[in-house]
Amino acid sequence: MAGSTLHDGSTPLNDAARQTSDDAHGYYIAGEPLVDPVAPTGPIADRWTTRRFENRLVNPSNRRKLDVIIVGTGLAGGAAAATLGEAGYNVKSFCYQDSPRRAHSIAAQGGINAAKNYKEDGDSVFRLFYDTVKGGDYRSRESNVYRLAEVSTNIIDQCVAQGVPFAREYGGLLDNRSFGGVQVSRTFYARGQTGQQLLLGAYQAMERQVAAGTVTQYTRHEMLELIVKDGVARGIIARNLMTGEVETHLADAVVLASGGYGNVFFLSTNAMGCNVTATWRAHRKGAYMANPSFTQIHPTCIPVSGEHQSKLTLMSESLRNDGRIWVPKKAEDCDKDPRDIAEADRDYYLERIYPSFGNLVPRDIASRQAKNMCDEGRGVGPMVGDFRRGVYLDFSDAIERMGEDTVREKYGNLFDMYERITGENPYQVPMRIYPAVHYVMGGLWVDYHLQSSIPGLFVTGEANFSDHGANRLGASALMQGLADGYFVLPNTIRDYLADGPFTKITEDDEAVVEARRSVEKRIDTFLSINGSRSADSYHRELGHIMWEFCGMERSEEGLRKAIDMIRELKKDFWTDLKVLGTADSLNQSLEKAGRVADFIELGELMCIDALNRRESCGGHFRVESQTDEGEALRHDEEFAYVAAWEFGGEDGSPVLHKEDLIYTAIEMKQRSYK
Amino acid sequence: MNLTLKIWRQENPSAKGGIKTYQVDDVDEDMSFLEMLDSLNEQLNTAGEEPVAFDHDCREGICGSCSLMINGQAHGPEVTTTCQLHMRSFSDGDTITIEPWRSDAFPVIKDLVTDRSAFDRIIQAGGYISANTGSAPEANSVPAPRDKATRAFNVATCIGCGACVAACPNGSASLFMGAKITHLGELPQGQPERDSRVVSMVAQHDHEGFGGCTNIGECTAACPKEIPLDVISQLNKDLRTAIKHGY
Repeated sequence: MAGSTLHDGSTPLNDAARQTSDDAHGYYIAGEPLVDPVAPTGPIADRWTTRRFENRLVNPSNRRKLDVIIVGTGLAGGAAAATLGEAGYNVKSFCYQDSPRRAHSIAAQGGINAAKNYKEDGDSVFRLFYDTVKGGDYRSRESNVYRLAEVSTNIIDQCVAQGVPFAREYGGLLDNRSFGGVQVSRTFYARGQTGQQLLLGAYQAMERQVAAGTVTQYTRHEMLELIVKDGVARGIIARNLMTGEVETHLADAVVLASGGYGNVFFLSTNAMGCNVTATWRAHRKGAYMANPSFTQIHPTCIPVSGEHQSKLTLMSESLRNDGRIWVPKKAEDCDKDPRDIAEADRDYYLERIYPSFGNLVPRDIASRQAKNMCDEGRGVGPMVGDFRRGVYLDFSDAIERMGEDTVREKYGNLFDMYERITGENPYQVPMRIYPAVHYVMGGLWVDYHLQSSIPGLFVTGEANFSDHGANRLGASALMQGLADGYFVLPNTIRDYLADGPFTKITEDDEAVVEARRSVEKRIDTFLSINGSRSADSYHRELGHIMWEFCGMERSEEGLRKAIDMIRELKKDFWTDLKVLGTADSLNQSLEKAGRVADFIELGELMCIDALNRRESCGGHFRVESQTDEGEALRHDEEFAYVAAWEFGGEDGSPVLHKEDLIYTAIEMKQRSYK
Repeated sequence: MNLTLKIWRQENPSAKGGIKTYQVDDVDEDMSFLEMLDSLNEQLNTAGEEPVAFDHDCREGICGSCSLMINGQAHGPEVTTTCQLHMRSFSDGDTITIEPWRSDAFPVIKDLVTDRSAFDRIIQAGGYISANTGSAPEANSVPAPRDKATRAFNVATCIGCGACVAACPNGSASLFMGAKITHLGELPQGQPERDSRVVSMVAQHDHEGFGGCTNIGECTAACPKEIPLDVISQLNKDLRTAIKHGY
């Protein structure tokens, strides 16, 4: 298939605007180029099969002597724990929640993609692969994405066998729907609760292994440090959140499946507890962080209602299939009852700007245009700060066309959710929506085996960076989490574990003692600063900075300003933080303080990464890099690389390692949805 | 609106707890119940009193973490989770009593936080279908009748919050358990382990100290996901069948 392309009407790559400045000069140190040491070669369709065969096996009797720690129990972590447990390894699973079933994968609504081609509508592994690379704006790794598309079909088989109640047709076979602007129906779903059902499947499989004795679960435990001995990951330091006890857990390999860091923006659709601590602690110990600024902003969330807001709620973007998005043409209409605004005074801006895709343009475009409308002063809903941050999503045409009952059948649960949160009836008044941070494509750098730059440390699911490039397609997060957990990691980690069992290390080893001491010292510091502000208040302030300067639209000037502001905030945090309570009991303020401290450091790196990447690609829009029509403009000759950042020390600058992205199976094109 | 809150405070599992009274002012009706508690906590932190501990995570009604008895009702006055309850359900001047889940099988860890790990152990006892990764047949090789698959889905929406237990005068977890037994029992893949599943889950349930079901129905009334009471009938039916089969 090498060199082949699909005909989809994309315009050829625009390389006229090539530029060579380095906006982040002075903020980082240039490091050696990076290559994936285990990147496969050969025809793309054979790479994974070949690699699975080449990877060494572990004798069943040796498996029980090998300890694997898995941090996180979402789709990627839960599925991996179950699978490695079934294989006979000795697994220790950690989560901060009170049960593995509560990991935030549970909140995913829409569905999961798989190249089953049950609809016989032209889908294939290659097409799913192609769509994912193109959707990611050519900033993901070809081999990894092909593998993802390839194992997608096994995931559906596995989940059905576990009893995941997917939607079915009258004949009892599985139903599919089209999702996220693709032209084939490859999305499997369980009403609007697909993530919940998939997670419960993985959770139940994992609990079965707990009963079998292969998996030990540590709930209400938070990983606070990675143990690295002679450059190799050998365990973690975790805090028992109920008793406050700082515990040492040693292992032959460590897997981080700890999810994404969207909460760096304070307001996001992530759960309140989602955090970057596990991956950030690993980063500080030597794991590279890749493309940290690649953030996905989801266009259909319920807008902020006031300063008290603690989180944002997503509504499935399937709403865009039938709802029409508009704002008033005139700013003076913005506080009117929308039903009183005449048709001629409404601007259906997506239909106007993108006549062929209309309301179904990809997430990044829909989000950015909503922001543009609000910035022009044509937003609707309550004033938040100086602007109204909302646009209408109107179902009145759909209700007229299909009848209220049909709309209720299709979207009833979403309408109910909207009404519960806003107190407004969307059957009568248009909904208000606004973009919100939803997912991060960035994460710890991993090779084809999902191993980080620290040997023995593997990273799966949203916590790694590898598969979605600069933008993730709808219904692909669940696919990646389960692909990594059930099928990829178990087949790659065995090649590493085949060298084991490794020399045992003990709790009095210098590396262990040092890691433990640093955790205890940090906890003591949080409790003894005794300033005046809560960790939560710092988190809110950081979120404002990130949303304003490193959100939907980024500029050189804004990012420089943000870096200065974050550095100030960090100083203030470490001198004026106030955490009450004690270290030896359940202390949610203390937990929060540790997470916010890490978010602050991450926020700075995200801004540096965004500053370095002077191009617009996927969810990353740089104002300095756009077409005459205001659309995103990529610069492949300069930026077709993964930016992998090495920690530069407490007061040092991060070191940038570039991994070139090379496409052999498909050709890079500039996206166009006009 | 201004509110008086009477909140259960308990330092640790063995401490004796008690109700403390707090005043919160300027509560916005668009706030969620938990955001109202956030603002109380910010107020307490400033005043030098340790914030109130409560479980919460997704704040969109799906993870099942939040778990408050509000004026004696599990999750409060609406049919939803605590996190999806909004302050417009209350009025200026109200006094609101907030307690942790009430059940011996859910011991208090601190303030409003309880230990619900008994639910995990009930699932460990048999709340799954044994299908090792990689062993699955082609997904469409076993059709599942749509009505049965729909019923399976409807009861599989249980979020494991424990409101059913907290609401039940007997502290029974029959609704939680019945939902899982019905979900897996309605699917063709769930048949091979159907008998053993119900027997072991019920044994674990009783071992954990949950009470028996006497068909009062408080559980289903409190359930934020509206799991119907007939899952308990299904549970009993499956148990009878299993016993008939010699389990």
